[in-house]
Amino acid sequence: MGTAAPDPAHAAIEKIVREEWGRVLATLVGYVRDFSVAEDVLQDAVVAALQHWPGRPLPDNPGGWLLQTARRKAIDLYRRDNRFKAKRDELARMVQVEATPEDPGEAMVDERLSMMFTCCHPALAEQARVALTLRALGGLTTTEIARAFLVPETTMAQRLVRARRKIKAANIPYRVPPAHLWPERLASVLSVVYFVFNEGYEASSGQSLTRGDLCEEAIRLGRVLVDLAPDEPEAAGLLALMLLHDSRRSARSDPTDELITLEHQDRSLWDREKIVEGERLLQAALRARRPGPYQVQAAISAVHASAASHATTDWEQIRLLYRKLGKIQPSRVVHLNEAVALSFSAGPEAALEALDRLGDPGVLERYQPFWAARADILRRAGSRDEAVDAYRRALDLTRNAAERSFLERRLAALLSGD
Amino acid sequence: MQYLMLIYNEESNPPQPGTPEGDAYMNEYMAFTEDVQQKNLMLGSNALEPVATATTVRVRDGKTETTDGPFAETKEQLGGYYLLDCKDLDEAIEHAARIPCARGGSIEIRPVMVFE
Repeated sequence: MGTAAPDPAHAAIEKIVREEWGRVLATLVGYVRDFSVAEDVLQDAVVAALQHWPGRPLPDNPGGWLLQTARRKAIDLYRRDNRFKAKRDELARMVQVEATPEDPGEAMVDERLSMMFTCCHPALAEQARVALTLRALGGLTTTEIARAFLVPETTMAQRLVRARRKIKAANIPYRVPPAHLWPERLASVLSVVYFVFNEGYEASSGQSLTRGDLCEEAIRLGRVLVDLAPDEPEAAGLLALMLLHDSRRSARSDPTDELITLEHQDRSLWDREKIVEGERLLQAALRARRPGPYQVQAAISAVHASAASHATTDWEQIRLLYRKLGKIQPSRVVHLNEAVALSFSAGPEAALEALDRLGDPGVLERYQPFWAARADILRRAGSRDEAVDAYRRALDLTRNAAERSFLERRLAALLSGD
Repeated sequence: MQYLMLIYNEESNPPQPGTPEGDAYMNEYMAFTEDVQQKNLMLGSNALEPVATATTVRVRDGKTETTDGPFAETKEQLGGYYLLDCKDLDEAIEHAARIPCARGGSIEIRPVMVFE
Protein backbone atom coordinates (compact mmCIF):
# COMPACT_ATOMS: atom_id res chain seq x y z
CA MET A 1 0.00 0.00 0.00
CA GLY A 2 2.83 2.42 0.77
CA THR A 3 3.11 5.01 3.53
CA ALA A 4 0.78 8.01 3.65
CA ALA A 5 2.23 11.29 2.39
CA PRO A 6 3.19 13.63 5.25
CA ASP A 7 0.26 15.88 6.13
CA PRO A 8 1.16 19.43 5.03
CA ALA A 9 -0.92 20.86 7.88
CA HIS A 10 1.12 18.84 10.35
CA ALA A 11 4.36 19.87 8.72
CA ALA A 12 3.39 23.54 8.99
CA ILE A 13 2.45 23.10 12.66
CA GLU A 14 5.68 21.28 13.42
CA LYS A 15 7.63 24.11 11.84
CA ILE A 16 5.88 26.64 14.07
CA VAL A 17 6.41 24.47 17.13
CA ARG A 18 10.09 24.18 16.35
CA GLU A 19 10.41 27.96 16.01
CA GLU A 20 8.53 28.68 19.23
CA TRP A 21 9.94 25.82 21.28
CA GLY A 22 12.95 27.57 22.78
CA ARG A 23 11.10 30.64 23.96
CA VAL A 24 8.09 28.76 25.30
CA LEU A 25 10.15 26.12 27.09
CA ALA A 26 12.39 28.74 28.66
CA THR A 27 9.36 30.58 30.03
CA LEU A 28 7.76 27.34 31.22
CA VAL A 29 10.86 26.29 33.13
CA GLY A 30 10.68 29.69 34.79
CA TYR A 31 7.19 28.79 35.99
CA VAL A 32 7.50 25.13 36.91
CA ARG A 33 11.15 25.10 38.00
CA ASP A 34 11.68 21.60 36.65
CA PHE A 35 13.15 20.77 33.25
CA SER A 36 11.48 17.39 32.89
CA VAL A 37 8.02 18.63 33.89
CA ALA A 38 8.35 21.60 31.55
CA GLU A 39 9.28 19.43 28.64
CA ASP A 40 6.50 16.91 29.35
CA VAL A 41 3.73 19.49 29.56
CA LEU A 42 5.01 21.26 26.47
CA GLN A 43 5.01 17.97 24.56
CA ASP A 44 1.41 17.48 25.69
CA ALA A 45 0.58 20.97 24.45
CA VAL A 46 2.12 20.15 21.08
CA VAL A 47 -0.02 17.01 20.85
CA ALA A 48 -3.04 19.19 21.61
CA ALA A 49 -1.99 21.65 18.90
CA LEU A 50 -1.72 18.84 16.36
CA GLN A 51 -5.27 17.84 17.29
CA HIS A 52 -6.92 21.26 17.44
CA TRP A 53 -5.14 23.47 14.92
CA PRO A 54 -5.65 21.60 11.61
CA GLY A 55 -8.69 22.78 9.71
CA ARG A 56 -8.87 26.08 11.60
CA PRO A 57 -7.06 29.39 11.18
CA LEU A 58 -3.88 29.26 13.23
CA PRO A 59 -3.86 31.12 16.56
CA ASP A 60 -2.60 34.72 16.31
CA ASN A 61 0.00 33.93 18.90
CA PRO A 62 0.91 30.25 18.53
CA GLY A 63 3.67 30.52 21.14
CA GLY A 64 1.23 32.04 23.61
CA TRP A 65 -1.28 29.28 22.87
CA LEU A 66 1.33 26.60 23.55
CA LEU A 67 2.49 28.33 26.71
CA GLN A 68 -1.02 28.71 28.09
CA THR A 69 -1.97 25.12 27.27
CA ALA A 70 1.23 23.77 28.80
CA ARG A 71 0.86 25.95 31.86
CA ARG A 72 -2.68 24.66 32.48
CA LYS A 73 -1.43 21.11 32.27
CA ALA A 74 1.30 21.99 34.77
CA ILE A 75 -1.27 23.47 37.15
CA ASP A 76 -3.27 20.23 36.94
CA LEU A 77 -0.18 18.19 37.58
CA TYR A 78 1.02 20.21 40.54
CA ARG A 79 -2.45 20.14 42.11
CA ARG A 80 -3.17 16.45 41.69
CA ASP A 81 0.17 14.71 41.96
CA ASN A 82 1.58 14.27 45.45
CA ARG A 83 5.11 14.20 44.18
CA PHE A 84 4.90 17.93 43.59
CA LYS A 85 3.72 18.93 47.05
CA ALA A 86 6.82 21.08 47.43
CA LYS A 87 5.93 23.13 44.36
CA ARG A 88 3.39 25.25 46.22
CA ASP A 89 4.95 28.57 45.27
CA GLU A 90 5.18 27.62 41.63
CA LEU A 91 1.56 26.45 41.60
CA ALA A 92 0.35 29.65 43.26
CA ARG A 93 2.18 31.80 40.75
CA MET A 94 0.80 29.92 37.75
CA VAL A 95 -2.75 30.06 39.13
CA GLN A 96 -2.38 33.80 39.56
CA VAL A 97 -1.16 34.21 35.99
CA GLU A 98 -4.13 32.17 34.74
CA ALA A 99 -6.57 34.27 36.73
CA THR A 100 -5.24 37.52 35.28
CA PRO A 101 -6.95 38.44 32.01
CA GLU A 102 -4.13 38.08 29.55
CA ASP A 103 -3.41 40.54 26.81
CA PRO A 104 -2.98 38.23 23.80
CA GLY A 105 -0.55 40.67 22.26
CA GLU A 106 1.64 40.75 25.35
CA ALA A 107 5.10 39.49 24.70
CA MET A 108 6.24 36.43 26.62
CA VAL A 109 8.98 37.32 29.05
CA ASP A 110 12.08 36.09 27.30
CA GLU A 111 13.78 33.60 29.59
CA ARG A 112 16.01 32.18 26.90
CA LEU A 113 19.13 33.76 28.33
CA SER A 114 18.50 31.97 31.64
CA MET A 115 18.00 28.79 29.69
CA MET A 116 21.24 29.24 27.77
CA PHE A 117 23.34 29.87 30.84
CA THR A 118 21.75 26.91 32.64
CA CYS A 119 22.24 24.50 29.75
CA CYS A 120 25.87 25.61 29.45
CA HIS A 121 26.64 25.53 33.16
CA PRO A 122 30.24 24.39 33.77
CA ALA A 123 29.00 21.76 36.24
CA LEU A 124 27.47 19.85 33.30
CA ALA A 125 29.62 17.64 31.11
CA GLU A 126 30.57 19.35 27.85
CA GLN A 127 28.71 16.92 25.66
CA ALA A 128 25.67 17.33 27.90
CA ARG A 129 25.80 21.11 27.50
CA VAL A 130 25.73 20.79 23.75
CA ALA A 131 22.89 18.26 23.71
CA LEU A 132 20.81 20.17 26.23
CA THR A 133 21.25 23.48 24.41
CA LEU A 134 20.15 21.97 21.11
CA ARG A 135 17.17 20.27 22.74
CA ALA A 136 15.97 23.08 24.97
CA LEU A 137 16.75 26.10 22.80
CA GLY A 138 16.95 24.66 19.34
CA GLY A 139 13.92 22.46 19.76
CA LEU A 140 15.71 19.65 17.98
CA THR A 141 14.39 16.21 18.79
CA THR A 142 16.60 13.66 20.52
CA THR A 143 16.65 11.71 17.27
CA GLU A 144 17.86 14.73 15.31
CA ILE A 145 20.60 15.51 17.82
CA ALA A 146 21.74 11.87 17.93
CA ARG A 147 21.94 11.76 14.16
CA ALA A 148 23.82 15.05 14.00
CA PHE A 149 26.51 13.78 16.37
CA LEU A 150 26.55 10.26 15.02
CA VAL A 151 25.68 8.54 18.30
CA PRO A 152 22.89 6.02 18.96
CA GLU A 153 19.60 7.57 19.97
CA THR A 154 19.57 5.78 23.32
CA THR A 155 22.99 7.23 24.16
CA MET A 156 21.77 10.73 23.41
CA ALA A 157 18.53 10.19 25.33
CA GLN A 158 20.51 9.01 28.37
CA ARG A 159 22.85 11.97 28.09
CA LEU A 160 19.88 14.34 28.26
CA VAL A 161 18.25 12.46 31.13
CA ARG A 162 21.47 12.55 33.14
CA ALA A 163 21.94 16.25 32.49
CA ARG A 164 18.40 17.11 33.64
CA ARG A 165 18.85 14.91 36.67
CA LYS A 166 22.07 16.69 37.57
CA ILE A 167 20.43 20.10 37.22
CA LYS A 168 17.71 18.96 39.61
CA ALA A 169 19.77 17.00 42.12
CA ALA A 170 22.59 19.50 42.40
CA ASN A 171 20.18 22.42 42.23
CA ILE A 172 21.79 24.32 39.39
CA PRO A 173 19.97 27.66 39.54
CA TYR A 174 17.81 28.64 36.60
CA ARG A 175 18.91 32.21 36.03
CA VAL A 176 21.14 34.65 34.26
CA PRO A 177 24.25 34.61 36.46
CA PRO A 178 25.41 37.79 38.19
CA ALA A 179 27.87 39.99 36.34
CA HIS A 180 30.97 38.81 38.17
CA LEU A 181 30.42 35.27 36.84
CA TRP A 182 29.83 36.33 33.23
CA PRO A 183 33.42 36.01 31.96
CA GLU A 184 33.51 32.29 32.72
CA ARG A 185 29.85 31.56 32.03
CA LEU A 186 29.54 33.49 28.77
CA ALA A 187 32.69 31.78 27.52
CA SER A 188 30.99 28.45 28.12
CA VAL A 189 27.85 29.49 26.23
CA LEU A 190 29.86 30.83 23.30
CA SER A 191 31.99 27.71 23.14
CA VAL A 192 28.92 25.45 23.07
CA VAL A 193 27.41 27.45 20.20
CA TYR A 194 30.72 27.47 18.33
CA PHE A 195 31.13 23.74 18.90
CA VAL A 196 27.73 23.12 17.30
CA PHE A 197 28.71 25.32 14.36
CA ASN A 198 32.01 23.53 13.83
CA GLU A 199 30.38 20.13 13.92
CA GLY A 200 28.15 21.29 11.11
CA TYR A 201 30.86 23.13 9.22
CA GLU A 202 33.61 20.54 9.32
CA ALA A 203 31.25 17.87 8.11
CA SER A 204 29.57 20.05 5.54
CA SER A 205 31.57 18.58 2.73
CA GLY A 206 29.40 15.54 3.24
CA GLN A 207 25.85 15.25 2.08
CA SER A 208 24.15 14.81 5.40
CA LEU A 209 21.58 17.61 5.57
CA THR A 210 21.56 17.30 9.33
CA ARG A 211 25.11 18.54 9.51
CA GLY A 212 24.36 21.67 7.48
CA ASP A 213 21.37 22.21 9.76
CA LEU A 214 23.78 22.40 12.69
CA CYS A 215 25.35 25.51 11.17
CA GLU A 216 21.90 27.05 10.77
CA GLU A 217 21.04 26.15 14.34
CA ALA A 218 24.27 27.59 15.72
CA ILE A 219 23.74 30.83 13.82
CA ARG A 220 20.17 30.98 15.12
CA LEU A 221 21.41 30.55 18.71
CA GLY A 222 24.09 33.13 18.02
CA ARG A 223 21.41 35.62 16.97
CA VAL A 224 19.41 35.00 20.14
CA LEU A 225 22.55 35.61 22.17
CA VAL A 226 23.36 38.86 20.38
CA ASP A 227 19.75 40.03 20.88
CA LEU A 228 19.72 39.20 24.56
CA ALA A 229 23.30 40.21 25.39
CA PRO A 230 23.82 43.31 23.27
CA ASP A 231 26.70 44.61 25.39
CA GLU A 232 28.88 41.59 24.81
CA PRO A 233 31.17 42.16 21.81
CA GLU A 234 32.34 38.54 21.86
CA ALA A 235 28.76 37.36 21.26
CA ALA A 236 28.60 39.60 18.19
CA GLY A 237 32.11 38.47 17.25
CA LEU A 238 31.02 34.84 17.34
CA LEU A 239 27.96 35.48 15.21
CA ALA A 240 30.08 37.43 12.73
CA LEU A 241 32.60 34.58 12.61
CA MET A 242 29.91 31.98 11.98
CA LEU A 243 28.24 34.06 9.25
CA LEU A 244 31.55 34.72 7.51
CA HIS A 245 32.52 31.04 7.59
CA ASP A 246 29.06 29.95 6.54
CA SER A 247 29.09 32.33 3.58
CA ARG A 248 31.58 29.95 1.96
CA ARG A 249 29.52 26.81 2.47
CA SER A 250 28.38 26.40 -1.14
CA ALA A 251 31.91 26.72 -2.44
CA ARG A 252 33.54 24.22 -0.07
CA SER A 253 32.68 21.00 -1.81
CA ASP A 254 32.36 19.94 -5.40
CA PRO A 255 29.56 17.76 -6.84
CA THR A 256 31.51 14.62 -5.97
CA ASP A 257 31.76 15.80 -2.36
CA GLU A 258 35.47 16.53 -2.50
CA LEU A 259 36.78 19.22 -0.22
CA ILE A 260 37.78 22.43 -2.01
CA THR A 261 40.27 24.56 -0.16
CA LEU A 262 40.01 28.32 0.16
CA GLU A 263 42.64 28.67 -2.53
CA HIS A 264 40.52 26.96 -5.16
CA GLN A 265 37.01 27.97 -4.17
CA ASP A 266 34.81 29.73 -6.70
CA ARG A 267 34.35 32.99 -4.85
CA SER A 268 31.29 33.89 -6.90
CA LEU A 269 29.52 31.17 -4.90
CA TRP A 270 30.15 32.94 -1.61
CA ASP A 271 27.00 34.29 0.02
CA ARG A 272 27.46 38.06 -0.13
CA GLU A 273 24.52 38.80 2.18
CA LYS A 274 26.10 36.77 4.97
CA ILE A 275 29.45 38.46 4.39
CA VAL A 276 27.94 41.93 4.58
CA GLU A 277 26.06 41.06 7.75
CA GLY A 278 29.14 39.47 9.29
CA GLU A 279 31.29 42.50 8.50
CA ARG A 280 28.69 44.87 9.91
CA LEU A 281 28.44 42.89 13.16
CA LEU A 282 32.21 42.77 13.48
CA GLN A 283 32.64 46.51 12.96
CA ALA A 284 30.02 47.22 15.61
CA ALA A 285 31.66 44.78 18.03
CA LEU A 286 35.13 46.24 17.54
CA ARG A 287 33.81 49.69 18.46
CA ALA A 288 33.37 48.43 22.02
CA ARG A 289 37.16 48.14 22.19
CA ARG A 290 37.07 44.86 24.09
CA PRO A 291 38.76 42.51 21.64
CA GLY A 292 38.57 38.78 22.19
CA PRO A 293 39.26 35.54 20.35
CA TYR A 294 35.97 35.42 18.45
CA GLN A 295 36.31 39.00 17.20
CA VAL A 296 39.88 38.35 16.03
CA GLN A 297 38.90 35.12 14.27
CA ALA A 298 36.02 36.97 12.64
CA ALA A 299 38.45 39.66 11.48
CA ILE A 300 40.63 37.00 9.87
CA SER A 301 37.61 35.54 8.10
CA ALA A 302 36.59 39.04 7.00
CA VAL A 303 39.98 39.64 5.35
CA HIS A 304 39.45 36.47 3.32
CA ALA A 305 35.88 37.44 2.52
CA SER A 306 36.91 40.78 1.09
CA ALA A 307 39.67 39.37 -1.12
CA ALA A 308 38.91 38.82 -4.81
CA SER A 309 41.30 35.89 -4.93
CA HIS A 310 43.70 33.84 -2.87
CA ALA A 311 46.66 35.61 -4.43
CA THR A 312 45.40 39.14 -3.76
CA THR A 313 44.50 38.41 -0.12
CA ASP A 314 46.14 40.65 2.44
CA TRP A 315 48.21 37.85 3.95
CA GLU A 316 50.32 40.14 6.07
CA GLN A 317 47.16 41.43 7.75
CA ILE A 318 46.06 37.85 8.34
CA ARG A 319 49.46 36.95 9.75
CA LEU A 320 49.28 39.88 12.19
CA LEU A 321 45.79 38.88 13.25
CA TYR A 322 46.88 35.30 13.93
CA ARG A 323 49.79 36.71 15.90
CA LYS A 324 47.34 38.78 17.94
CA LEU A 325 45.11 35.75 18.43
CA GLY A 326 48.15 33.76 19.52
CA LYS A 327 48.71 36.27 22.30
CA ILE A 328 45.11 36.21 23.56
CA GLN A 329 44.58 32.49 23.16
CA PRO A 330 47.85 30.71 22.44
CA SER A 331 47.49 27.37 20.72
CA ARG A 332 49.37 25.18 18.29
CA VAL A 333 46.86 25.59 15.52
CA VAL A 334 46.96 29.39 15.81
CA HIS A 335 50.76 29.49 15.60
CA LEU A 336 50.57 27.08 12.69
CA ASN A 337 48.11 29.28 10.85
CA GLU A 338 50.38 32.25 11.44
CA ALA A 339 53.18 30.34 9.74
CA VAL A 340 50.91 29.45 6.84
CA ALA A 341 49.92 33.11 6.42
CA LEU A 342 53.62 33.97 6.48
CA SER A 343 54.23 31.49 3.67
CA PHE A 344 51.93 33.57 1.49
CA SER A 345 53.06 37.00 2.63
CA ALA A 346 56.82 36.35 2.76
CA GLY A 347 57.28 33.10 0.86
CA PRO A 348 57.65 29.40 1.73
CA GLU A 349 61.25 29.60 2.98
CA ALA A 350 60.39 32.05 5.75
CA ALA A 351 57.44 29.89 6.75
CA LEU A 352 59.54 26.72 6.96
CA GLU A 353 61.77 28.44 9.47
CA ALA A 354 58.70 29.49 11.48
CA LEU A 355 57.36 25.94 11.36
CA ASP A 356 60.56 24.57 12.78
CA ARG A 357 60.25 26.93 15.72
CA LEU A 358 56.66 25.87 16.37
CA GLY A 359 57.32 23.66 19.32
CA ASP A 360 58.50 20.39 20.74
CA PRO A 361 59.27 18.14 17.75
CA GLY A 362 58.14 15.15 19.78
CA VAL A 363 54.67 16.65 20.09
CA LEU A 364 54.48 17.89 16.51
CA GLU A 365 55.34 14.38 15.26
CA ARG A 366 51.74 13.33 15.77
CA TYR A 367 50.06 16.62 14.90
CA GLN A 368 48.36 16.14 11.54
CA PRO A 369 47.81 19.81 10.63
CA PHE A 370 51.54 20.43 11.09
CA TRP A 371 52.41 17.80 8.49
CA ALA A 372 49.67 18.89 6.10
CA ALA A 373 50.84 22.50 6.26
CA ARG A 374 54.49 21.56 6.03
CA ALA A 375 53.83 19.35 3.02
CA ASP A 376 52.05 22.11 1.19
CA ILE A 377 54.73 24.70 1.95
CA LEU A 378 57.51 22.33 0.88
CA ARG A 379 55.63 21.65 -2.33
CA ARG A 380 55.40 25.35 -3.07
CA ALA A 381 59.08 25.76 -2.21
CA GLY A 382 59.89 23.17 -4.88
CA SER A 383 61.29 20.61 -2.39
CA ARG A 384 59.57 17.67 -4.02
CA ASP A 385 61.05 14.75 -2.07
CA GLU A 386 60.59 16.37 1.32
CA ALA A 387 57.05 17.34 0.34
CA VAL A 388 56.22 13.77 -0.63
CA ASP A 389 57.52 12.56 2.71
CA ALA A 390 55.49 15.17 4.56
CA TYR A 391 52.28 14.28 2.67
CA ARG A 392 52.81 10.65 3.62
CA ARG A 393 53.32 11.61 7.28
CA ALA A 394 50.13 13.70 7.13
CA LEU A 395 48.14 10.88 5.54
CA ASP A 396 49.26 8.51 8.27
CA LEU A 397 47.64 10.83 10.78
CA THR A 398 44.52 11.82 8.83
CA ARG A 399 41.17 10.36 9.84
CA ASN A 400 38.76 12.63 8.01
CA ALA A 401 37.71 11.08 4.69
CA ALA A 402 37.43 14.31 2.71
CA GLU A 403 40.77 15.55 3.95
CA ARG A 404 42.41 12.19 3.24
CA SER A 405 41.15 12.25 -0.31
CA PHE A 406 42.45 15.81 -0.73
CA LEU A 407 45.93 14.94 0.52
CA GLU A 408 46.05 11.83 -1.63
CA ARG A 409 45.31 13.91 -4.71
CA ARG A 410 48.09 16.37 -3.81
CA LEU A 411 50.53 13.50 -3.26
CA ALA A 412 49.54 11.81 -6.52
CA ALA A 413 50.06 15.06 -8.40
CA LEU A 414 53.56 15.40 -6.96
CA LEU A 415 54.49 11.80 -7.72
CA SER A 416 53.30 12.07 -11.29
CA GLY A 417 55.53 15.10 -11.73
CA ASP A 418 52.85 17.74 -12.19
CA MET B 1 19.99 22.71 50.41
CA GLN B 2 22.85 20.78 51.99
CA TYR B 3 26.11 20.25 50.16
CA LEU B 4 28.98 18.13 51.39
CA MET B 5 32.36 19.52 50.35
CA LEU B 6 34.97 16.79 50.32
CA ILE B 7 38.48 18.12 50.56
CA TYR B 8 41.04 16.19 48.55
CA ASN B 9 44.76 16.85 48.38
CA GLU B 10 48.05 15.01 48.05
CA GLU B 11 49.02 14.67 51.66
CA SER B 12 52.52 16.00 51.08
CA ASN B 13 51.13 19.10 49.40
CA PRO B 14 49.76 21.55 51.93
CA PRO B 15 52.08 23.68 54.02
CA GLN B 16 53.14 21.59 57.00
CA PRO B 17 52.03 22.62 60.49
CA GLY B 18 54.61 24.39 62.58
CA THR B 19 56.05 26.33 59.62
CA PRO B 20 55.21 30.00 58.91
CA GLU B 21 53.37 28.92 55.74
CA GLY B 22 51.62 26.25 57.76
CA ASP B 23 50.42 28.82 60.31
CA ALA B 24 49.18 31.17 57.61
CA TYR B 25 47.34 28.25 56.00
CA MET B 26 45.64 27.32 59.28
CA ASN B 27 44.62 30.93 59.78
CA GLU B 28 43.00 30.92 56.36
CA TYR B 29 41.03 27.84 57.28
CA MET B 30 39.89 29.40 60.52
CA ALA B 31 38.85 32.58 58.72
CA PHE B 32 36.83 30.54 56.21
CA THR B 33 35.14 28.54 58.93
CA GLU B 34 34.27 31.69 60.87
CA ASP B 35 32.89 33.29 57.74
CA VAL B 36 30.52 30.43 56.86
CA GLN B 37 29.45 30.18 60.49
CA GLN B 38 28.58 33.86 60.58
CA LYS B 39 26.57 33.45 57.40
CA ASN B 40 24.66 30.56 59.03
CA LEU B 41 25.77 28.15 56.32
CA MET B 42 27.89 25.89 58.46
CA LEU B 43 26.34 22.58 59.46
CA GLY B 44 29.55 20.77 60.25
CA SER B 45 33.18 20.34 59.37
CA ASN B 46 36.15 18.29 60.36
CA ALA B 47 39.73 17.62 59.45
CA LEU B 48 40.60 13.94 59.19
CA GLU B 49 43.70 12.08 60.31
CA PRO B 50 45.90 11.05 57.35
CA VAL B 51 45.13 7.98 55.19
CA ALA B 52 47.79 5.98 56.99
CA THR B 53 45.35 5.84 59.88
CA ALA B 54 42.46 4.61 57.74
CA THR B 55 40.80 1.23 58.01
CA THR B 56 38.48 -0.23 55.39
CA VAL B 57 35.70 -2.66 56.25
CA ARG B 58 33.87 -4.88 53.77
CA VAL B 59 31.40 -7.65 54.49
CA ARG B 60 31.36 -10.35 51.83
CA ASP B 61 29.39 -13.59 52.09
CA GLY B 62 28.69 -12.82 55.73
CA LYS B 63 32.40 -12.42 56.51
CA THR B 64 33.79 -9.12 57.74
CA GLU B 65 37.03 -8.21 55.97
CA THR B 66 39.12 -5.52 57.59
CA THR B 67 42.08 -4.00 55.77
CA ASP B 68 44.61 -1.31 56.56
CA GLY B 69 44.35 1.86 54.50
CA PRO B 70 41.77 3.74 52.40
CA PHE B 71 39.16 2.02 50.19
CA ALA B 72 41.39 2.70 47.18
CA GLU B 73 44.83 4.10 46.52
CA THR B 74 44.28 7.49 44.98
CA LYS B 75 46.58 10.31 43.91
CA GLU B 76 44.74 12.77 46.14
CA GLN B 77 43.40 11.73 49.52
CA LEU B 78 40.39 12.82 51.53
CA GLY B 79 41.58 15.17 54.24
CA GLY B 80 38.42 16.72 55.62
CA TYR B 81 34.99 18.09 54.85
CA TYR B 82 32.54 20.93 55.24
CA LEU B 83 28.78 20.44 55.30
CA LEU B 84 27.17 23.68 54.22
CA ASP B 85 23.62 24.83 53.70
CA CYS B 86 23.61 26.76 50.44
CA LYS B 87 20.89 28.29 48.29
CA ASP B 88 22.01 26.54 45.12
CA LEU B 89 25.02 25.03 43.39
CA ASP B 90 26.46 28.39 42.40
CA GLU B 91 26.57 29.46 46.04
CA ALA B 92 28.16 26.13 46.97
CA ILE B 93 30.79 26.58 44.25
CA GLU B 94 31.53 30.10 45.41
CA HIS B 95 32.27 28.88 48.93
CA ALA B 96 34.12 25.75 47.87
CA ALA B 97 36.50 27.91 45.85
CA ARG B 98 37.46 29.75 49.03
CA ILE B 99 38.48 26.64 50.90
CA PRO B 100 42.29 26.98 51.07
CA CYS B 101 42.84 23.44 49.78
CA ALA B 102 41.08 24.30 46.51
CA ARG B 103 44.34 25.90 45.42
CA GLY B 104 46.37 22.82 44.62
CA GLY B 105 43.89 20.17 45.69
CA SER B 106 40.30 19.41 44.70
CA ILE B 107 37.00 20.04 46.41
CA GLU B 108 34.25 17.64 45.46
CA ILE B 109 30.76 19.07 45.99
CA ARG B 110 28.02 16.49 46.61
CA PRO B 111 24.40 17.41 47.13
CA VAL B 112 23.00 15.63 50.16
CA MET B 113 20.11 13.35 49.25
CA VAL B 114 16.70 14.51 50.42
CA PHE B 115 14.14 11.88 51.30
CA GLU B 116 10.51 12.96 51.07
